[in-house]
Amino acid sequence: MKMMSALMSPVGRKVLTGVTGIGLVAFVIAHMIGNLTYLSPDPTAYNAYAYKLMSLGWIFYTIEILLALCFILHAVVGITIQVRRRQARPIGYKNYTSAGSPSLQGYSARSMIFTGIILLVFLVLHLISFKYGPGEAEGYIATLSTGEEVRDLRRLMTEKFHEPLYAFGYPIIMILLGMHMRHGVWSALQSLGVMSRRLSPLVYTLAAILGILVAIGFLFVPLYIYFW
Amino acid sequence: MIIHLRIWRQEDRTSKGRLVDYTVNEASEHMSFLELLDVLNEQLLQSGDEPVEFDSDCREGICGSCGLMVAGIAHGPQKRTAVCQLHMRSFNDGDTITVEPFRAKAFPIIRDLVVDRSAFDRIIEAHGYVSVTTGSAPDANAIPIPKETVDDAMDYAACIGCGACVAACPNGSASLFTAAKISHLGLLPQGQVEASQRVISMVDQMDAEGFGDCSNYAECEAVCPKGISIQGIARMRRAYMKGVLSA
Ligand code: HEM
Ligand code: FES
Repeated sequence: MKMMSALMSPVGRKVLTGVTGIGLVAFVIAHMIGNLTYLSPDPTAYNAYAYKLMSLGWIFYTIEILLALCFILHAVVGITIQVRRRQARPIGYKNYTSAGSPSLQGYSARSMIFTGIILLVFLVLHLISFKYGPGEAEGYIATLSTGEEVRDLRRLMTEKFHEPLYAFGYPIIMILLGMHMRHGVWSALQSLGVMSRRLSPLVYTLAAILGILVAIGFLFVPLYIYFW
Repeated sequence: MIIHLRIWRQEDRTSKGRLVDYTVNEASEHMSFLELLDVLNEQLLQSGDEPVEFDSDCREGICGSCGLMVAGIAHGPQKRTAVCQLHMRSFNDGDTITVEPFRAKAFPIIRDLVVDRSAFDRIIEAHGYVSVTTGSAPDANAIPIPKETVDDAMDYAACIGCGACVAACPNGSASLFTAAKISHLGLLPQGQVEASQRVISMVDQMDAEGFGDCSNYAECEAVCPKGISIQGIARMRRAYMKGVLSA
């Protein structure tokens, strides 16, 4: 009970967004690296990778449930913080500007709630298109080098990213994801209290680099499929 | 210099306020911003109008009574300066400057630019003190404390409780103020006895007063007249988690 009220406190809410945010960052990085197997010279590599993930069995499902919890908690707490922000200043300023450095109130920081909500909507659409998209029953079957017949996700991906909406829509969302991570990675560590005066500027810079790398890693594959 | 002002005027707590335009023709770059308002108020009194209400006391940047949004920034554009120490040389002849009160639900407007910041007092009352008996004044250096720790504690103790952090925060959070008080006490041995109890009570009070949450924008540090670092907020969070886990 005490723990619950602590998690609902102003510090607890930040610990929650921070922990779930870091969980999501870990997922996003793993997902991005997994996607890059599409580019492998071995055309079965991508399907083999996806198949291997699925065959982890209960480990895979546990991670899936944890991720779903992270997404839901993260979004609920993030939106709560936003609602409380409105309540805390019912009448806004006629004239307001950031005082500049050392303020970190840049585009990424200011747009966390917008990039976040877009990511949430995207997530649902993305799951419908791919995870719950056509599978073996619809004839999307590939044969691995081991001779096993598995779901042909590579074909699904190739088809989807030949549609301009997917080929260009995905990169835009991935840039927004990069922005969310730009403020998010630093912010999560500050929320968990692991920052210090010396570490902070370094981590803030690394967060930008990570955001850019993840965005590029993700958006490269759709553009590659469309143009090559 | 000629300065045009757009100042928030509001009769009392409940009435609807509005921005009103004024011009001060005889401003000098040597005046502080509050002296400019004094000149304006003399003008207003002479013409039989109500003077603009604003808070100030020491006018030397140490008491924390003053506090205005000047040109969209808490305490104005000059860094590490309370508005009483902001001079008109920071502005240009002919500028139009908007002046608004510090805005937050927890800082209700009393009149014009004067807000009620007693929410801060209640955060301090929650446990912003040391109540263990520490005996009579000990001999100097009886309790050795590393110099960096003392410097850190002093930096946090520099908080004058003006409320600029709340005013500038897009979320209206009082995290920097609360963290400064918690850190300045928590860093020193006398404050460590009640550290856990303190951080939990003060954070709870901050929540109860209706301040927003911290999104790590660091805008507070940028406007703080004492330049208090948001590292204090990271420290407050560590102290809070430690407090909850050890309770
Ligand atoms: C499901 C959709 C999402 C929503 C609605 C959302 C919303 C938010 C919001 C509003 C914040 C700011 C919290 C604050 O103001 O303190 C935030 C922070 C954060 N987000 Fe997201 N986000 C989403 C998805 C993601 C994803 C996919 C990632 C991983 C890349 C992520 C990583 C982070 C991180 C690391 C933080 C910083 C946590 C902190 O400040 O303590 N978010 N998110
Ligand atoms: S009047 Fe005392 S700090 Fe400005």
